[in-house]
Amino acid sequence: MTVKFDTNPTEVKRNQNIPDERGYYGGFGGAYIPEMLYPNVEELRNNYLQVIESADFRKEFELLLRDYVGRPTPLYYAGNLSETYGAKIYLKREDLCHTGAHKLNSVVGQALIARHLNKPRIIAETGAGQHGVASATVCALMKIPCTVFMGSKDIVRQQANVLRMKMLGAEVIAVESGSKTLKDATNEAIRHWINHPDDTYYLIGSTIGPHPYPDLVARLQSVISEEIQSQLMKQEGKDYPDYVLACAGGGSNAAGAFFHFIGNGKTRLIGTEAAGEGVDSGLTAATIYSGTPGIIHGCKTLLMQTSDGQVMEAHSVSAGLDYPGIGPMHAHLHTTGLAQYLPVTDTEALDAAQMLSREEGIIPALETAHAVAALSKLQFKPDDVVVICLSGRGDKDLQTYQQYFQEI
Amino acid sequence: MNALQNLFHNKKQNQLSLFFTAGYPTIDSTAGIIEACQKAGIDFLEVGMPYSDPLADGPVIQQSSTRAIVNGMTIELLFNQLEALKGKTTIPLLLMGYLNPVIQFGAERFMEKASATGASGLILPDLPIHEYREEYQTLFEKYNLSPVFLITPHTSDERIKLIDELSNAFIYVVSSAATTGKKQDFGQAQLVYFQRLKSMNLKNPLIGGFGIHNRQTLQQAWQNLNGAICGSAFLKKLAATPDAEKAVEELKKDLGLKMD
Ligand SMILES: Cc1ncc(COP(=O)(O)O)c(C=O)c1O
Repeated sequence: MTVKFDTNPTEVKRNQNIPDERGYYGGFGGAYIPEMLYPNVEELRNNYLQVIESADFRKEFELLLRDYVGRPTPLYYAGNLSETYGAKIYLKREDLCHTGAHKLNSVVGQALIARHLNKPRIIAETGAGQHGVASATVCALMKIPCTVFMGSKDIVRQQANVLRMKMLGAEVIAVESGSKTLKDATNEAIRHWINHPDDTYYLIGSTIGPHPYPDLVARLQSVISEEIQSQLMKQEGKDYPDYVLACAGGGSNAAGAFFHFIGNGKTRLIGTEAAGEGVDSGLTAATIYSGTPGIIHGCKTLLMQTSDGQVMEAHSVSAGLDYPGIGPMHAHLHTTGLAQYLPVTDTEALDAAQMLSREEGIIPALETAHAVAALSKLQFKPDDVVVICLSGRGDKDLQTYQQYFQEI
Repeated sequence: MNALQNLFHNKKQNQLSLFFTAGYPTIDSTAGIIEACQKAGIDFLEVGMPYSDPLADGPVIQQSSTRAIVNGMTIELLFNQLEALKGKTTIPLLLMGYLNPVIQFGAERFMEKASATGASGLILPDLPIHEYREEYQTLFEKYNLSPVFLITPHTSDERIKLIDELSNAFIYVVSSAATTGKKQDFGQAQLVYFQRLKSMNLKNPLIGGFGIHNRQTLQQAWQNLNGAICGSAFLKKLAATPDAEKAVEELKKDLGLKMD
């Protein structure tokens, strides 16, 4: 499948990467929350920009990103891939962050905010377990008690990360309600927050939830595109790529990899979403493709829902993408044509994971494999500079890979 | 004046309201429950519209919602059930639910139907106040529906005053920072909170909810506020017996309103 670009790629649109004061990206975003959550969300909204723009925060955040997370992560020129796909393909190595995924960028920043707000404990939701591990890690470092909500289905398929969280001293709560995956883990985390408003910071794992979370997480992850700019300047003599490819569950690594290129009129931003067994199979998590506008977890966005407005269960082999909504920024980028979103099936992702392992000696996370799979869906010119956000490493998915490759 | 405003005009104290989930325990339970409540002298009702992801609710309401959806409950069907009941009952009804199903139904179409089938008001806990003022208020007024807003012990005085300004039936006083269905007696924290509200001299009656499940919690709400709403405890009774009249009687016993 070759993607057609309807939008004029040279159209410049500024400030599309941040929401307005009420948290809207165009028609998406906002804060649709019951009164029980209002004071906490309001407290965060009133403080987050001031905190993350303060000199103290920047200093501490940047030091931790450098010495603890291991930033900047390399922008690696993937010679073998480049030859195969006929373009200059670079991998932004978020998989080399401490704990193995981009999630740690946002966790470090949010934990500093929690400390600033005098919240002595942290809760988080997790799908693939990467955000849970990142939260448990930073909480260990900062001596903050940490509770992670995880669907019982995900606990089974991401065992390694459950063990890591426990090793790090976090409490892992198995969520048995609803889909038993990321959607319901998020519900339970929010319910827990309602019941513990005074002492608890809710550390959201993606660009989802009520305003200001999508903006907060996107800004903290924007270090990814900031680094890509300066790295490309050195390596290619220009500070933007022609393409950025990133997978999108809630959309945080994609938001971070797109951030500085959104609306620049030059870079084609491609998000990939999990199509599960196929976009029309009924077993899918391709929210942009099959979703309609509505509200999920406190924000207006695109989501998979019935005609009665009940949220549908998502399906993807990848726990981190198995979510029926998507961050409001992406709903907006899609609607305005500032980014394109491609569905990638389970099988395509699994095959891409093996391809990348064999071509470049890098085993990607299943989530990330969805971004890699986009390579064979696009047609490049030989001097196109293509950056893939390699959001995470695949150790946690070896069991799934093994099962799949034994079956075929 | 709608039926709910009329009720508050005539009765100032000791209101008792029940919440139930439409479509639970069975798809056609709605009419029987409403009739049983009226017969038992319940003052007004909240008819819950089931939602797949009820963020503010504890396990009891979650499970009733899941079950109701599996049973096939929809907003369309609820309106048909209420339409069929029109003229047969007089107990004031509020519809309560999350915003997304209402938006999908179409906000104006929803309010038109709600009003036409006899509802007096709506509780949409995740509808932001600014959005209510900018996009919904005129619709509420057009269809003579009362908006009901929640406040909690953490809601600022300033916000409570704003909510009082926007309300025209009652203010829903959430008893503590919690999801629905917590079984705990009210303590000092609630008393301080209720006293604070009393001293604000608000124009709307205050009805307490979340955690009303026994004599102590009901009496505390009655003594300090204008009434009480009981939800999860009622749903548990409905789960235990298919007979709605019996369920209400059992609940009244638990609330200390009836001797064994
Ligand atoms: C490696 C990796 N990539 C991507 C994701 C998807 O999240 P997001 O869309 O927020 O980047 C996850 C989520 O668990 C992940 O672990």
